[in-house]
Amino acid sequence: MSPLRKVRDWLDERLQWDDLIAPLREKTVPLHRLSYWYFLGGISLFLFVIQVLTGILLLLYYRPGANEAFESVQYIMTRVQFGWLIRSIHSWSANLMIFTVFAHMFSVLFLKAYRKPRELTWVSGVLLLFLVMGFGFSGYLLPWNTLAFFATKVGTEITGQVPIVGKPMMIFLRGGEDVTGATLTRFFGFHVAVLPGIATVLLLLHLLLVQRLGMSIPPKLEVQWTANPAAKREMKFLPNFLLRELMAWYLALGVLGALAAVFPWNLGVKADPFVSAPAGIKPEWYFLFMFQTLKLIPSKVWFIDGEILGVLAFGLVALLWLLLPFLESDQPSHMKRWITGLAVFALAYTVGMSVYGYLAK
Amino acid sequence: MTVDQLSQPEPTRRRVIGFFLGGGLLASLASFIYPVLRYLVPPAVADLGGDEIVAAKLTELKLNSGKIFRFGNRPGLLIRTASGEYRAMSATCTHLSCTVQYRDDLRQVWCACHNGKYDLNGRNISGPPPRPLEGFEVQVRGDEIFVRRRREA
Repeated sequence: MSPLRKVRDWLDERLQWDDLIAPLREKTVPLHRLSYWYFLGGISLFLFVIQVLTGILLLLYYRPGANEAFESVQYIMTRVQFGWLIRSIHSWSANLMIFTVFAHMFSVLFLKAYRKPRELTWVSGVLLLFLVMGFGFSGYLLPWNTLAFFATKVGTEITGQVPIVGKPMMIFLRGGEDVTGATLTRFFGFHVAVLPGIATVLLLLHLLLVQRLGMSIPPKLEVQWTANPAAKREMKFLPNFLLRELMAWYLALGVLGALAAVFPWNLGVKADPFVSAPAGIKPEWYFLFMFQTLKLIPSKVWFIDGEILGVLAFGLVALLWLLLPFLESDQPSHMKRWITGLAVFALAYTVGMSVYGYLAK
Repeated sequence: MTVDQLSQPEPTRRRVIGFFLGGGLLASLASFIYPVLRYLVPPAVADLGGDEIVAAKLTELKLNSGKIFRFGNRPGLLIRTASGEYRAMSATCTHLSCTVQYRDDLRQVWCACHNGKYDLNGRNISGPPPRPLEGFEVQVRGDEIFVRRRREA
């Protein structure tokens, strides 16, 4: 017996590793023309791991605080060897991750993978989507540059519009009435401790559910395969699908490395609370659809403030989105089509408003 | 080509593919690890202040007393002995790098961390320190006391 094999067996006797991965050996992935969409969740997971690793590396040099944050990022970008690469990968990977998470969500929506019994997988996934946006929002402030400063000012101000709870929430987020160094300290804490903690728990739950329930088969195909089991085609998860997934990760890493190397992330100008906001200031692209919507709502709608209306509407949509699987179950089939229509509208609206927001002066 | 090679084409091909695949993966792994290792090494901090600094004003030190001053990025110790002479040396203990101090009761340089003692020339005389403290040159110009590193002989 080879020494490697001996070590493996020794560990297996103690950890019972084989039993643990036994379900994975039996797991299969349905094969059809839309199977490629199954990769998106894995790619998002991979990018999350990249975020954790590069985030830890950035923590070695980053200093939170209004007087040091910008300088420390500048130091990382200019003095630390390969610091520009690590930070650029962190920023690019964050953006790619938000993109793949959105794409993952819409693919699940269109393939109707949220149906019973996968409602909780959907709920945990939507919560993770919100968390990822929270990561983006809190991380954006950390370099303490002008754009980040005003984005945070506006973003937290919008939170303040919510009736009753808004104002205390805004003060909690900002660590005071205004965006100051206190806000930076808080956002740093959220970004590196609070959010990662919650995200890890939710992610484990999400993955556990995916493993327990297996891959969802699109409804039409499910009907066909149930009627004619001989037509059913599937692939073993271990090793066939996993190896393909690894190839996708490798590809994602290539794209990431190329983007980071060719387009290193900008640092901008150090934030100064006593200068005017620069013209054409906009939030990150993943908040643009909300930003643009708020811009288009008139200042007064009937007797309600436009801003408040917009914020409440987005809150309501977020809640409905979270509970989507429960709205669909027990509905007649024409109602289910209506929900697919809603999904198409949501995608069109998000993309359309984002492009509009990007192009608008 | 021999009969032997013809009868076993698959394992050879598999080994070649395995070699390229494994080699490629190893190479890319190395290309990820190399920047990270370089990143982990902190950039050298510039030694501020140069070779010579003003450690104190002439009126600052009483007889039989000492003062810690900043010499570049490290602390130095300036002593005015009971006889009025000035001595300067590194204040970093040669044992485990604590900052030493002048003890007027002992008339010695003393390290609080592990009770190491040095004489007024910085020689280690008692306790764990393995080497003497690095001595500096002292010059009095006008009303200022200048300290500089000793030139290598």
